[in-house]
Parts: sequence; C-alpha cells; structure tokens
Amino acid sequence: MRSVWALAAMAALSVLTASTTTLAGEPKQGGVLRMYHRDSPANASILEGATYSVNVPFMGVFNNLVIYDQHIAQNSPDTLRPELAESWSWSSDNKKLTFKLRQGVKWHDGKPFTSADVKCTFDLLMGKSQQKLRQNPRKAWYSEVDEITTNGDFEVSFDLKRPQPSLLAMLASGYTPVYPCHVSPADMRTHPIGTGPFKFVEFKANESIKLTRNPDYWKKGLPHLDGIEYTIITNRSTAILAFVAGKFDMTFPTHITIPLLKDIKSQAPNATCVVEPTNVSTNIIVNSTSAPFDNIDIRRAVALALDRKAFVDILFEGQADIGGTMLPPPQGIWGMPKDKLETIPGYGPDVKANREEAKKLMQKAGYGPDKHLAVKVSTRNLAEYRDPAVILIDQLKNIYIDGELDVVETANWFPKVARKDYMLGLNLTGNSVDDPDQSFYENYSCGSERNYTNYCNKEIEKLFDAQSQEIDISKRKPLVWEIDKKLQEDVARPIIFHARAGTCWQPYVKGVTIMSNSSYNGFRFEDVWLDK
Amino acid sequence: MFAYLVRRLLLMLVTLFGISVVIFVLLRIVPGNIVDILFAAAGYVDPADKANLEKELGIDQPMIVQYWHWISGFLRGDFGYSYVSEKPALQEILPRIPITAKLAGLALLFSASIGIPLGVISAVKQGTRLDYALRVVSLSGLSLPSFWLGLLILTAAVAMFGQIPIFNPNPKTWLEAFATYAIPAAAVGFRSAALTMRITRSSMLEVLRQDYIRTARAKGASETAVNYQHALKNAILPVITVIGIEAAFLIGGLIVTETVFNIPGVARFLVEAIRWRDYPIVQNLVMLIAVVVVVANFTVDMLYAVFDPRIRYTD
Repeated sequence: MRSVWALAAMAALSVLTASTTTLAGEPKQGGVLRMYHRDSPANASILEGATYSVNVPFMGVFNNLVIYDQHIAQNSPDTLRPELAESWSWSSDNKKLTFKLRQGVKWHDGKPFTSADVKCTFDLLMGKSQQKLRQNPRKAWYSEVDEITTNGDFEVSFDLKRPQPSLLAMLASGYTPVYPCHVSPADMRTHPIGTGPFKFVEFKANESIKLTRNPDYWKKGLPHLDGIEYTIITNRSTAILAFVAGKFDMTFPTHITIPLLKDIKSQAPNATCVVEPTNVSTNIIVNSTSAPFDNIDIRRAVALALDRKAFVDILFEGQADIGGTMLPPPQGIWGMPKDKLETIPGYGPDVKANREEAKKLMQKAGYGPDKHLAVKVSTRNLAEYRDPAVILIDQLKNIYIDGELDVVETANWFPKVARKDYMLGLNLTGNSVDDPDQSFYENYSCGSERNYTNYCNKEIEKLFDAQSQEIDISKRKPLVWEIDKKLQEDVARPIIFHARAGTCWQPYVKGVTIMSNSSYNGFRFEDVWLDK
Repeated sequence: MFAYLVRRLLLMLVTLFGISVVIFVLLRIVPGNIVDILFAAAGYVDPADKANLEKELGIDQPMIVQYWHWISGFLRGDFGYSYVSEKPALQEILPRIPITAKLAGLALLFSASIGIPLGVISAVKQGTRLDYALRVVSLSGLSLPSFWLGLLILTAAVAMFGQIPIFNPNPKTWLEAFATYAIPAAAVGFRSAALTMRITRSSMLEVLRQDYIRTARAKGASETAVNYQHALKNAILPVITVIGIEAAFLIGGLIVTETVFNIPGVARFLVEAIRWRDYPIVQNLVMLIAVVVVVANFTVDMLYAVFDPRIRYTD
C-alpha cells in the first residue's frame, strides 16, 4: 500500500513538474526591456540610416512587406516570412512580384495601412516621389525595379526590368520598413510612425530612446513587452559595467568584443552570451589608379603577404572567419567552401611559401631587401580599423613594404577615399543582407558609389548579372563562388577576415535570437519577454 | 573704481567678440561638415543630395553671411535649429545646463572645501608626517586622470556593492540623488582639490613667515585666529585665482567625467555636437560657456578688488 502511495505521489510530482515547466516556458506579458545603446543615431529614420545604430532601436516601430524569421539565426531564402504582405507570387517570366497585403492594419496614429503606403515608400526609395529623403543610401537596391503598381487597396506589384530573385532578400532587410504616405520624411526622422509592435515615445539625443507597446498591433497578443528603453552610453566600459551591475537587461547587439566577453562571463556568470558573425568584412583597399599600386604584381604581393589566421588569433582569439567577399559557411549562405577558398593565392595554409612568392613579385617590380617600398596605410580613427591596420603594417614588412599608419578622422575618411587620396587603406565593409546582389553591385560594380577602388571588370559585370537572374539557388551558388574567387584573384579588395562579436542578456530575458549572417535584420523584438 | 569697472566691462565685450570669431572660424577650419559626416557614415556621396542638404542647412552660403546670421541670432536669443535632432538648439542646450552646473558647482565646492583646509593644515604642519601624507595625496590627485579615477570608482562600486553610480534621471531616494552628482563631482574635483591644496599650502607658507603674523602671535592671538584670520585671508588671493581658472578648466574634465558616468550634461553634448559638426549647437554652446568664463573672470577681478583694497586704489 505504501508503494502505491509513493507511486501516486511521484506521479503527482511529475505532473506538477511538467506543468511548471510548461508555465515557465509560456511568455509573460509586461515589463520594459532595458538596453544600452552604443551611440546616438543621427535620427530615427531607418530609410535614411546606414548603420545598425538606427535599425536596432527603431526596427520595432515598423513592419516590412516580408521579414526574415526572427527566431532562425541564419537569414536565407527559406526563412522569409510574410509580414505586411500576406503572400507573394512571381509572374511566369519572373519579372513581376505581386504582394497581397494584410487588411485591418493601422498606423500608430490610427490611419489605415494600404497599398498606397507601399507605393509611396518604394517611390521614395527610388527617388520618384515628390518628397525626398535627405539621404538615400540604398537607392541602388531598386535599380532593377521599373515601377510599383497598386491594384486596389491591398495588392501591390513590383515590375522589374529583368528577373531579380534577390529583391525579396532586400525587402526582408531591417533596412526596408514600409513608411506611411501621410507622414513626411522630415517627421519620420524625429517622430517615426509605423505599424510595428512598438510605438515611438521619445528620442533624446545622447540620452535615451523610448518605445512603448502598441496595444493595437495587428498580431494579436504581441508584443509581450510593455516597452523598450535604450540608454545611450558611448563609453563601452561604463556600458558593460552597468550591464554587469544589472542596470540593463541586455547589451547592445554584437557590441561585445571577444576579450570583453570573457570579462562579462566572469563578472556575470548567469548572463547568456552568444558570439555570431556580423557579416562585416575587414579588407584592404588599394589605390590602383596611381603608382606603385597600379602595378598588379605589387597588389598581388600584398594579397599574398597576409597571414589571415594571425589577424584572427590576435584580434578575436581565434573566433572570426576567413573567407572571400561573401560571408563563409556555415553561417554564410553564399560563401565559398574551404577547399575552393584555399585554391585562391594567399589563402593557402603555407604563409611562408605565399610570402616567398610575394617577395619574388616585389623583386620583379624593383623592390627588395635594399630597396623597400614606403607606403602610407590609411584607416579610420576607430579601434576596429586601427588595430588590424597595425597588424597589416607589421605583416607587410615581410615583403619589403614599410608601412606608416595614417589615421583619418571619420568625417574625412570617405571623402579621402572617394578622391583617391590614399595608397593603401584598411577598410570595413558591412553587408546588411547576406546576398550576392547587395554585395557585388554595391562594392565591385563599375561606377558604384561604394566601389572605393574603382575596380571595373566588364567580364565580371556580366557574371554579376547572370547570377542575379538565376532563380535556382543550386545553380546560382557556383556562379557566386566563381565571381568571388575572381574578385580575390584580381585583388579587387582583398578580404582579411569576417568579424564576430558577442551579445549578452540577463537569464530572465527570453525570446532573443541574434542573427548569424546579418547585424541589421533581427530587432523586431515583438515576442521577446521577461521571465520575472 | 567706476573707471576700473567700465574698462573691465569693455574688455569683456571685446573678448567675447574675439571668441565668437575664433569659434566660428575654427569650426569651419576643421575638415568636414555635417553633410560630409552624414555621407561618410553612409559610405556614399550623391552630389545632388549633398548640395540639397547643404542648401537646406544654409552651409552653402558665404562665411560672412553665415557668421552674421549666427551672431545676430545669438544676440536676439535665437539659437537656430540643431542640424542633427532638427529641434531648436536652445531646447537641446537648456535642459542640459543645470545638470552640468550642478556637477561643476559640486566639483568646485569639493575642491575648495577639501583643498583649502588641507592646504592650511599642510602648511601649518610643514615637515611633519601629516604634511608629507597630504602632499602625496595632492600629488596623486594631480597625477590621476579623471576618466581613470571615474572608471576605477565605477569598477569598485560594481565589485563591492553590485551597484553602479551612473546618472539616474529619476532617483528614488536621496542617496541615489546624492550619488548621481556627488561621486562624479568628487572624481572630477579631486584634481582640482589637489591643485587648490598645493596653492593654498605654498601661499600660506609664504604668508606665515611675514612680520605681521609674528606680531599677531606676539599679541597673544590664538593659532586658529593667526592661521585662518590673519594668514589665510592674505594667502587666499592666489587660491581664488586658481579656483577661477579651474572653473574654466573644469569643462575639460567634465567632458570625460560625463562620458564615464553617462551624465547627459552640456560637456558631453558639446563633444557629440563637435563630432557631428552641429554648428548651431557648438557655436551657441561654446559662446555660452565663453560668456560664463569671461563673466567668472570678471567676477574674480571684482573679488580681487573686494579682498585687496589696494587694487581699487591703484585704479
């Protein structure tokens, strides 16, 4: 009899435990997520922004037509989800993309969302509307879009000049929210109105950004949080100490360097921390328009001199990735596999042999042990630029190149690069979407604003277009790899490494997923909740 | 005395005009403007967009026109709009002034209330262990950068109490309110207190050797009366000068301290505005600071006249 009671008690206990576990997993409503922000963004308009300092706090105010699944770390064509669009379809010639829009969605000021808002947004982005954005950094994304047409209030189509499957990827970026027609771009910079889970409350420059729950959000039951408060703390040490002291629930996403992550883990052992690639590559820009780098041999020698592993070990304690232009796998969708990567000159594991080859190229160009080439290595006056630049200078010494660090203030960096007032530069390139179109056209296309080195290869341009129009991913990938390989062989912009960074949150913060191949797309925060 | 006052006032106006020109020109000499920075951050330049934006902000106009526009606005109390936040500049600046004023006031109070008495003690106890100890403290105060001291305080607070005394806009207890200002004020005022202490000490040592001090002692005055009524009163002039200069230098220390303790005051705001080349904010804020410093110097000069009647008579 006693054993029967014991069994019954155990059964009851297990049921109780199971139900407790379920309850602990159920999202709780309420609470304000407190996060520090690394700097004060220029304004609140995502469409005008070119840094994730704008996306992180303001992505929750908006919705896109489509969005990457916020709980799958790797953004890919398979993780695209409808948002303001209920569904989408391509025409048979793949030149028309039609979206059926969600009905009953309201802007935060109560006005209804319709297809006119979608048309307004993309006309604004394409520079076709009466109103203008003060800055329009992603206008080129829509260069293949001919026209936006509406069919009633809840259907909108993108007419393309040619097939471009990547368009969906760009529409799913955190950089592509839908704006309301009835609010001017100027007002969107200071008081953004969206359809998203959080309403804008206030933005005090250098102080704080506050969002509050949108009670009329079209996704019933969401968001879980009552609001989000970002305190702007520009001093990283103060920010991290404040997180450790429990003043914040979460660090600014991908703001923690690998060495600092150790500090956090030792001081706040209960914190959950993840390290993910940021899809920001550190690369070398070479001014090939003037001597000595108009000589392809010297450019190749520079590429061959790189010991990429040393960069990764010194700066990231081994936690960064080596790859070509596209973020390498497994996090990157389009990056070259390792065996292909290692066939590119300079990527092989034998650094000594690579450098011997580099020395021969330098000697061919007239330099050697008795005649070193003096160059200025220009870079921005930011630690993430300066530190690798110093290592680069050290490595170039091995091939008779004496580098001198030329630190340039941020305000002068881009104008200096644009007017080709540099010999060798160390640069960072962020990719907001893990997509070849965004990367290739933006950074390597003839005449592109961000093609800092003016690399222009008509043959590769044809390959850009070929991959861009390929619908079948399995056929597109080899094309992308071929292009990436060719770009590295041409020393168009030698990629040194792809950075990784950490994000931490307190154990009671639930539902956070940090994207593993983009730092720009994962901050809707609608189903983040606090288990308090 | 009246002529002295008028001359000092005129000098003050000329100084302020000179400062306004220097601020304006320096800002334009610094490479890049807000438009360059916005496009640099975006990593592209669209010449048409750039020209439109420069026109919208009025920075395409000749320098002299821009100067007149600014200075006439400043005199009318119209500070224009921030290029970054697009809000009235005055609306951005004003709420931050009391925060920095409180911090600076507390730092100066800390500096004077610690520095002067310790300086007197150090001088009176010259050559004793106490004197040596106080001199070591003052030397460390001069040697420790305020940002380092600030970070040390934050780290220690987190390690020892699990709390971080950074700025709290809505303190719930008086202790929180006190910590919000007192700790950063102590961090920034420590250097100033050390300097005040050293100046007080050396000035006191000089005065304590004067004949009238010996006379006071011979007449039977107590040591406290000799030190604080006779000696300190005569030794205080260089100390007032130093505190006046420190008030101006304090802005530099506050920039760092406000950043470390995350205090939304004008000093940190100014640095951010300079970073963005937000001319309306920088010009007006620096001009306001210049007015404060010039008026502070003017006040110090007037205090000289109050404390040392010879200054009045010679003028």
